[in-house]
Amino acid sequence: MTADPASGLTLLQTPLHALHQEVGARMVPFAGYLMPLHYPLGLLKEHLHTRKAAGLFDVSHMGQIAVRARSGDLADAARALETVLPIDVLGLKPGRQRYGFFTTQGGGILDDLMLANLSDHYLLVVNAANKAADLAHLLDAIGTDCTVEPIDRALIALQGPGAEAALARHLPVAAEMRFMDARPVTFAGEEGVQEGVAVRSGYTGEDGFEIALPAESALALARALLADPEVKPIGLGARDSLRLEAGLCLHGSDIDRETSPVEAGLSWAIPKVRRRGGDRAGGFPGAERILAELAEGPAHLRVGLRPEGRTPVRAGAALYQAAEAAEAAGRVTSGGFGPSLDGPIAMGVLPSALAVPGRQVFAEVRGQRLPCAVVPLPFRPAGFKRS
Amino acid sequence: MLKYTDEHEWLRLEGDVATVGITDHAAEQLGDLVFVELPKVGATLTKGAAAAVVESVKAASDVYAPVDGEVTEVNEDAVANPESVGTDPQGAGWLYRVRLSDPSQLDGLMDEAAYRAFVG
Repeated sequence: MTADPASGLTLLQTPLHALHQEVGARMVPFAGYLMPLHYPLGLLKEHLHTRKAAGLFDVSHMGQIAVRARSGDLADAARALETVLPIDVLGLKPGRQRYGFFTTQGGGILDDLMLANLSDHYLLVVNAANKAADLAHLLDAIGTDCTVEPIDRALIALQGPGAEAALARHLPVAAEMRFMDARPVTFAGEEGVQEGVAVRSGYTGEDGFEIALPAESALALARALLADPEVKPIGLGARDSLRLEAGLCLHGSDIDRETSPVEAGLSWAIPKVRRRGGDRAGGFPGAERILAELAEGPAHLRVGLRPEGRTPVRAGAALYQAAEAAEAAGRVTSGGFGPSLDGPIAMGVLPSALAVPGRQVFAEVRGQRLPCAVVPLPFRPAGFKRS
Repeated sequence: MLKYTDEHEWLRLEGDVATVGITDHAAEQLGDLVFVELPKVGATLTKGAAAAVVESVKAASDVYAPVDGEVTEVNEDAVANPESVGTDPQGAGWLYRVRLSDPSQLDGLMDEAAYRAFVG
């Protein structure tokens, strides 16, 4: 462990720490961990490599939580999870994964997550910065009916059009998986064969996989993958620019405890069965606000923004309806440069009346009002393998 | 005469005009640069105030004026090709030229050897 000079706190290391050092990563503190910001290739080339070949990411800082029904009947765990998630858990088939979010009593987003049905339990993958709060929330809300256990193992992501070919050499099941499939896998590390889980999803807008394995076998798989010249290690810097181009939310920036899923443009994750008139309508924290916004429309909406010039527009910048408007109408929640678009891109929140693709708004950067076009998300089409 | 600041800028003095840029150490720390904003020719600079901005994919960084003076020229090539500021910061990636209003301000700056020791 290493002391963080900024906070004086002790930083955790992931099971891949030695590998990051061997390949020359620049390590930075992130969510309590020492994580790779970039490698010698640099953020820009790492981003572009992931879009054209395959990038390997260490995302072991993320939280993995197993939820099991105390009764032994998985449907009981599904019913319990539906009291904290506004999604269709009961309808999620074994071997499938779904996106979701814990909602707050006020209808905001406590955290967003991936939920997989692994036949005898549900696997939740949650954000690193929120994992302690998520665990406490689950224990409090469903601990009577379910066991809720954090899983201490590594998580690596292999993302990009070359991901399937690169991974299938080591985990043949990869070639048989579709987008959002989840499968048990085994891989041998120094301590022999270990069991884990692979899912076909990610946070880049590319086809790809996330593989959860115990430390030894995860390290062995990462080394085996990096022996392939098509696979390069990719840091958190490119992970952020990739997810921004893909129009994916970062909790704590684009979504938070105040933003509702409807305002965040995540209504697609809330199925009819949980909405007004559905068989299992409501029954989750903040349902009153969220269901009303679904029926009547939200006051604000998350939008994509394309600044018209070359100046990057970053998180926190105020958004104005007109160049000379006195009052800010909204703000930028994530912004920077999109390497694959070769220009600045941003996401922000605007009053619904202004959140219309094609509309022009103005972002204030260093005292200047810069014109930006409201555009649909994602900024570029995703490369998922849906069939 | 080549001078350095503790904010990681360099100045090369010819007569009473100094060419200013960021150091190779600064460029390495910033990573790939994607945007450069320079002062206008004729602008008056105040030592220690933001004179230019260099931006990587992830962040914007101010480049502070190392001396008081008036901007006489800016490097439009750096604006058109921000990556040159990252790859050749002390050559083709220079930022602007400034006519010094108080040459005695140079006395407080570091020479090459002192700067190398400063960045370790």
